[in-house]
Amino acid sequence: MPFNTPTSPHQLAPTSITRVMMLVILALIPGITAYVWFFGWGVVVNISIALITALSCEALILKLRQRPMLPSLSDGSAALTAILIALTLPPLSPWWITVIGVAFAIIIAKQLYGGLGFNPFNPAMVGYVMLLISFPREMTSWIPPTALTDNSLDFLETVIFILFHTLPDGITFDALTEATPLDSLKTHLALGNTVDEIREQLGVDEAASRILSVIPIFGTIGGKGWEWVGGGFLLGGLWLIYQKVISWHIPVAMLGSLFAISALFYFIDPAHYATPMFHLFSGAAMLGAFFIATDPVTAAASNRGKIIYGCGIGIFTYVIRTWGGYPDAVAFAVLLLNMCTPLIDHYFKSSVFGHKKG
Amino acid sequence: MTSAPIRLWDFHGGIHPEQNKRQSTQEPSAQARMPATLTLPLHQHIGAAAEPIVEVGETVLKGQKIASANGYVSAPVHAPTSGKIVAIGDYPIPHPSGLSALSIVIETDGRDEWVRYAAKQDYTETNPSHLRNIIREAGVVGLGGAGFPAFIKLNPGSQKKIKTLIINGVECEPYITCDDMLMREDPQSILEGIRIMRHALQAERCVIAIEDNKPEAYESICKAARGVEGVNVALVPTRYPQGSEKQLVKVITGKEVPSNGLALDVGVVCHNVSTAAAIYRAIHLGQPLISRMVTVTGKGVKRPRNLEVLFGTPMDELLAQCDVEADQIERLIMGGPMMGFALHDTNLPVIKTTNCIIAATRNELGVERPVMPCIRCGACADVCPVKLLPQQLYWYSRAKELDKVQEYDLFDCIECGCCSYVCPSNIPLVQFYRFAKGAIWTQEQEQKKAAQARQRHEFHQMRIEREKQEREARRAKKKAARPSAAAPKAPPADGAKIAEKRRDEAISQRDSAAAARKAEIQAALARVQAKKRAPQKTAEAPDKTEEKTAPATTAERAAATQKSAITKKDNATSTHDDDQPVQ
Repeated sequence: MPFNTPTSPHQLAPTSITRVMMLVILALIPGITAYVWFFGWGVVVNISIALITALSCEALILKLRQRPMLPSLSDGSAALTAILIALTLPPLSPWWITVIGVAFAIIIAKQLYGGLGFNPFNPAMVGYVMLLISFPREMTSWIPPTALTDNSLDFLETVIFILFHTLPDGITFDALTEATPLDSLKTHLALGNTVDEIREQLGVDEAASRILSVIPIFGTIGGKGWEWVGGGFLLGGLWLIYQKVISWHIPVAMLGSLFAISALFYFIDPAHYATPMFHLFSGAAMLGAFFIATDPVTAAASNRGKIIYGCGIGIFTYVIRTWGGYPDAVAFAVLLLNMCTPLIDHYFKSSVFGHKKG
Repeated sequence: MTSAPIRLWDFHGGIHPEQNKRQSTQEPSAQARMPATLTLPLHQHIGAAAEPIVEVGETVLKGQKIASANGYVSAPVHAPTSGKIVAIGDYPIPHPSGLSALSIVIETDGRDEWVRYAAKQDYTETNPSHLRNIIREAGVVGLGGAGFPAFIKLNPGSQKKIKTLIINGVECEPYITCDDMLMREDPQSILEGIRIMRHALQAERCVIAIEDNKPEAYESICKAARGVEGVNVALVPTRYPQGSEKQLVKVITGKEVPSNGLALDVGVVCHNVSTAAAIYRAIHLGQPLISRMVTVTGKGVKRPRNLEVLFGTPMDELLAQCDVEADQIERLIMGGPMMGFALHDTNLPVIKTTNCIIAATRNELGVERPVMPCIRCGACADVCPVKLLPQQLYWYSRAKELDKVQEYDLFDCIECGCCSYVCPSNIPLVQFYRFAKGAIWTQEQEQKKAAQARQRHEFHQMRIEREKQEREARRAKKKAARPSAAAPKAPPADGAKIAEKRRDEAISQRDSAAAARKAEIQAALARVQAKKRAPQKTAEAPDKTEEKTAPATTAERAAATQKSAITKKDNATSTHDDDQPVQ
């Protein structure tokens, strides 16, 4: 009786790409929950639209490329890209924003480069940046945390608005939207106010802000609501490290460098630079550190390389946030460092066993 | 035993695969049944195959030498029981290739009658070189899996001082428990073997390393080693591939064996526990290596356990003795699931390197999954015990960039399989590395062949030219000696003139196009040589140059061959538990 004779190793660990991707998606749940709590159902609707778009685009391209469909569709990578894009969009974005962004990410940034494992840039960030550059108005019309406004939409109203752009009677779109804390800070700093003045105007005391007829969007450390969303992603990210799905190097390097550089400027001039904690818990810092920068396909490979890579993202994020033209900068920073990945990989190799160091 | 616990070091990476060792340690080891015939391949070790010294029809006794070692790196083969030689010929052997090789078949007579060898209980009086000879003649090879002749690793040479003798009882591969059972049941033989080895090596200290998943073996060895001076027993945390020699040397001594080097280079010699016991039997009892402990396990057998098996016993008999469910077996593995190789059939003999037979059922070793693209997750680099970058090696192997792959130290890879084990994309990484190594070896062989052919061609041309010139010189001398010559011509110093003359002669004489072409080539060569020789006018110049180049190139060639042999050997041996050449 002749047997099969594959070569060693015969024993394999029970792991797969699908498992890795599913763990990452699972780790997003605390952050998403906080998101829904503070910003309404919009994000859930966006995620659904994004998932449908991503899987359809992936299937379409696989068919055109004549590749087996099931393994790639079920690996979870397209789903993860879709969810990450949806999380970066304003909760009340019209449906076509989501569709265009996700389709661009999957078709152009991922599949045209050869599919999973071959894309030099993080597809989700490519999709997001494309949207931000092409549709700046839609992409910056954020909404304030639901608790802070009288005009919040329920699930059905959200779906109707996203799909058909019609609002219930008596609510105008302008009444619903508000710039993000990072955006407001930037705008007001440009007007010559100090950080404390802005925080006083836009936060701290709800009653006072009501009199001033502004929405208090600043919380204790970051933006109101935002700090909780960031906390949710932090929690999920720590769990991923515990599960050994990601290593600590990139998140620690990125958040550490962001903290360090913002602390430096804060201590030099607290009137014109936000606190380090504000930077860590606003915008996409936490999501970026644990879920986007850690995308292995586009990140540096060696541990030392990962630290350089993470530091680069942290510093660029701060630089672009503070002096650049856009309110948030994680996406740009990630893409910039994606470009540096081959270079970093070339210069940071581990020393092989039995070879002299140096 | 020296009581102070020794300091342990760390090695990079490694994995913790499912152990699956408990199944085969449920009952004590037993003697395997005596089969009707034993098939003994002559190549059961690393090195040259042994040469038969018996003939068909001859009666042999148990322990009688039936094939002798062929060269230094080789080992003799002995009859595992008494009986009659019924055939000498090619039979299937347990080898990844699935091919047949020269084997001796013995029909057992059931009397199991020993031939007598002199036992040496007072080995301390014997000099190490004589001990090594006995061990060599007893056919003892490394029993950890690779089968490198043991006596070579007991010969450090006069230059090297051995500080530590490491006895490898790590047995890090899943499923295998033969060393575990031996340590539990017969620690005394191991300790006696260690005494002999220490005497032969003059080693300062000895460390017996046992992984902490074998507490019974550890207890047993500790008990036996109590009161033995200079012997430490180290309980090391379980991690694959800790039993690999270089990794174990790092764990015990903190020293990294240099790439391309041997443990000997850092003053360490490493032997397996079973080898120690075999050496004890060879020296104390005068018994050559004729049997070993084999783990028969896997879900395909109902009664997994360890058996003491005579070499040459067909595997199907062992499986039958362990209640095999033949139709359930999907894969038959010799060795462990990480580094062992799959066998084509059960009808193969047990040899000196058969430490374990796994009869695996479908999906026992992991569910088959499709191969996906690499997502650069880096899990492979995290577990690589050699700190390679498996990902980069994979890309370059795949792209057949053989220079690049060597730049990334492909030949330091020990093929332990950790990278393939953890790969979420299920990429058969080790296969890619084997492919690249094979391609590089083939390339080197071809280059070497081409270089040799070129050299031979050049020598050939030079010789022809020299002979021609000698002929010419003789002719000129004769001409000069003849009285009819008007004036004695000076012997021509310029080869070109002669060749030109010859060319004229050739054209006129034969008038053949082929001959002309040949002569033209020779003329060109002669011109070149004349130019080369211009400063040195002596006639024996070409001789000298040839004499000089020939030995130089031979030496070079020898060096190159040796180097490639070492690399290959290194590759073959380092992958297994404890067998590294000590030269």
